[in-house]
Amino acid sequence: MKFVDEFRDRELAGNIAFNIAREADPEREYRLMEFCGGHTHAISRYGLTDLLPPSVRMVHGPGCPVCVLPVGRIDMAIALALSQPVVLCTYGDCLRVPASSGMSLLKAKAQGADIRMVYSVTDALALAQKHPEKQVVFFAIGFETTTPPTAVALLQARALGLGNFSVISNHVLTPAAMHAILALDGGANLHGFVGPAHVSTVIGSAPYAPFAEQYRKPVVIAGFEPLDVMQAILMLVRQINAGRAEVENEFTRAVTPEGNRKAQVLVDRVFELREGFEWRGLGTIPRSALKLRAEYADLDAEQRYGLVYHPVPDSKACECGAILRGEKRPQDCRIFGTACTPDNPIGSCMVSSEGACAAHYTYGRFKDIAVRAA
Amino acid sequence: MIKLDFKHGCIDMSHGSGGRAMAQLIDELFLPLLAGDGLAQGNDGAVLPPVNGRLVMSTDSHVVSPLFFPGGDIGSLAVHGTVNDVAMMGATPLYLSASFILEEGFPLANLRRIVESMARAAREAGVAVVTGDTKVVEQGKGDGVFISTTGVGVVRDGVSLSGDRARPGDCILLSGSIGEHGMAILSQREGLAFDTTIVSDSAALHGLVAAMLDSGADIRVLRDPTRGGLATTLNEIARQSGVGMLLQESAIPVNETVGAACEFLGLDPLYVANEGKLVAVCAATDAERLAAVMRAHPLGASAAIIGEVIEDAHHFVQMATRLGSRRMVDWLSGEQLPRIC
Ligand code: SF4
Repeated sequence: MKFVDEFRDRELAGNIAFNIAREADPEREYRLMEFCGGHTHAISRYGLTDLLPPSVRMVHGPGCPVCVLPVGRIDMAIALALSQPVVLCTYGDCLRVPASSGMSLLKAKAQGADIRMVYSVTDALALAQKHPEKQVVFFAIGFETTTPPTAVALLQARALGLGNFSVISNHVLTPAAMHAILALDGGANLHGFVGPAHVSTVIGSAPYAPFAEQYRKPVVIAGFEPLDVMQAILMLVRQINAGRAEVENEFTRAVTPEGNRKAQVLVDRVFELREGFEWRGLGTIPRSALKLRAEYADLDAEQRYGLVYHPVPDSKACECGAILRGEKRPQDCRIFGTACTPDNPIGSCMVSSEGACAAHYTYGRFKDIAVRAA
Repeated sequence: MIKLDFKHGCIDMSHGSGGRAMAQLIDELFLPLLAGDGLAQGNDGAVLPPVNGRLVMSTDSHVVSPLFFPGGDIGSLAVHGTVNDVAMMGATPLYLSASFILEEGFPLANLRRIVESMARAAREAGVAVVTGDTKVVEQGKGDGVFISTTGVGVVRDGVSLSGDRARPGDCILLSGSIGEHGMAILSQREGLAFDTTIVSDSAALHGLVAAMLDSGADIRVLRDPTRGGLATTLNEIARQSGVGMLLQESAIPVNETVGAACEFLGLDPLYVANEGKLVAVCAATDAERLAAVMRAHPLGASAAIIGEVIEDAHHFVQMATRLGSRRMVDWLSGEQLPRIC
């Protein structure tokens, strides 16, 4: 039992919270976007907003891979799994994302499609090796952290000469989405960013420089521990107070300016930029996602099976789009917690634990209602 | 008839057919190991002597995978699981039934290991396996062995425990650190296997329960937080009793290795299964005394008061975090982990 650490954590958190409260100007607003779903989850799970003064407001960003996946991409996977004799592998969260006509990958599975939940792309690759008679398709999602493993799996498949493994790439890029958010209204509504932790270990801190220079928004890269997030918030408040807009790194224990060169080279060998990719809530963003290079076309399931993407509008009642743009909060959605719950998600933000709606539902919804404590 | 080959032999369809092969399996495997009074009678059912008091009956099916894990196996688990369900009603467990569903091709050596472990667990818990059944399913239709057990026990006079008796102001006690069973199982899973020293906490809790009842503390609810973990159990009690709860994160014991493994896999130990822990809700005035009694028992050595029952029309379970903020501890939703009990 680590009582000493717990005591210290509490004291440290208290100190940072005290400094934020002392230094944040109550007359102005600090609207800070945590880009990454990992941070959204940490903020909710540790109740960090309780430790912030009213002038500091956290705005949830679009950095949740399951959340930003548009309906049409899931439809595409469902159609493939139902029409072809393939084994479709993907992460657990993807299975529950609502698709068109009340479908989901989970429901397609119940209708007989061979869809399997895997913990990583390596599991899917192993499945292909074990069952040469089956066509295994990995439905890949994620930001820059999950892309290198997919690249490695593709390189391995090529080296092994595996003819029964292919990938549907939905890999997306963090900086492109940040640009899109800021382009919405010139970023008038945001005063700074808590920058991603794991993503930045891969891409480094340098790609965030344009946000500081061009849009004059401070960025502080932070780890996923609650104290990391608190410290990053304090650093942002200090930059804003001083009129600075710089890229600072709270997560120096893991993030360097240039990132993980080896991983970047691997990704570059297999993937190239898509011209455009539709994001839920953000629309089609140019050069914001990756597809397989022509040399790897034979491992690209979209080409192998001639898959065509059809954009589909979101459910009318769902506010996921506005939430992913940072314009609304989960509790602003009329069906939050009533028709839409983690057990019966209507929108994608209610699916993954990193989604803003799921995080607020699971950890924070009691705050929407005045609860009398004993 | 040639004796069963416990070294190389396997279960085949004839072992469930009701014929001679099945009789042999019972005679050579189940009877010598489990021979309770009733089982030895060889009848369709067990005739049991009269008991004094109200009876408690509980049943549970066990489908754990893998069948053998650090700290136990499906045999001991099938005993502990049901003994604990009976004990949580404040009863002394007396008898068990055991029903086996075996998959064709399952090695007899493994089956014997499981039945031996079951017999040991029953002996240690002081319960007799008095009746049983065996069925065999074709290869591919089972997962080695499934075991269902039913337990019967007797409640002492004056004891009435129920999930709907928690009242605002009551204290919530936990008998020890959480998440060990679930993490021990997960550590063995294919595709997830990680090196760890975590051992399942699987144990029979009726001795601890007896000591707690002996203390005379006003205990309202006892429950063992198995599948779904502590969070699920507390939410069940809150809903049944129509109350809320406020937990203190820093008071909830989590073994360091379990905490680290959970962190690594992105799990919350509050939702990870236990097989040898209990939650008690008791009157606040008796809480300290009850905690002391629990700590004096080997299965409650790190027992702690982890929170209190509060008034809340929404039946929310809240937690004061170690950072000084508050969050909710909600029902589990979404993906359940694979089979663990
Ligand atoms: S509550 Fe559900 S429907 Fe509303 S925005 Fe969130 S995910 Fe979409």
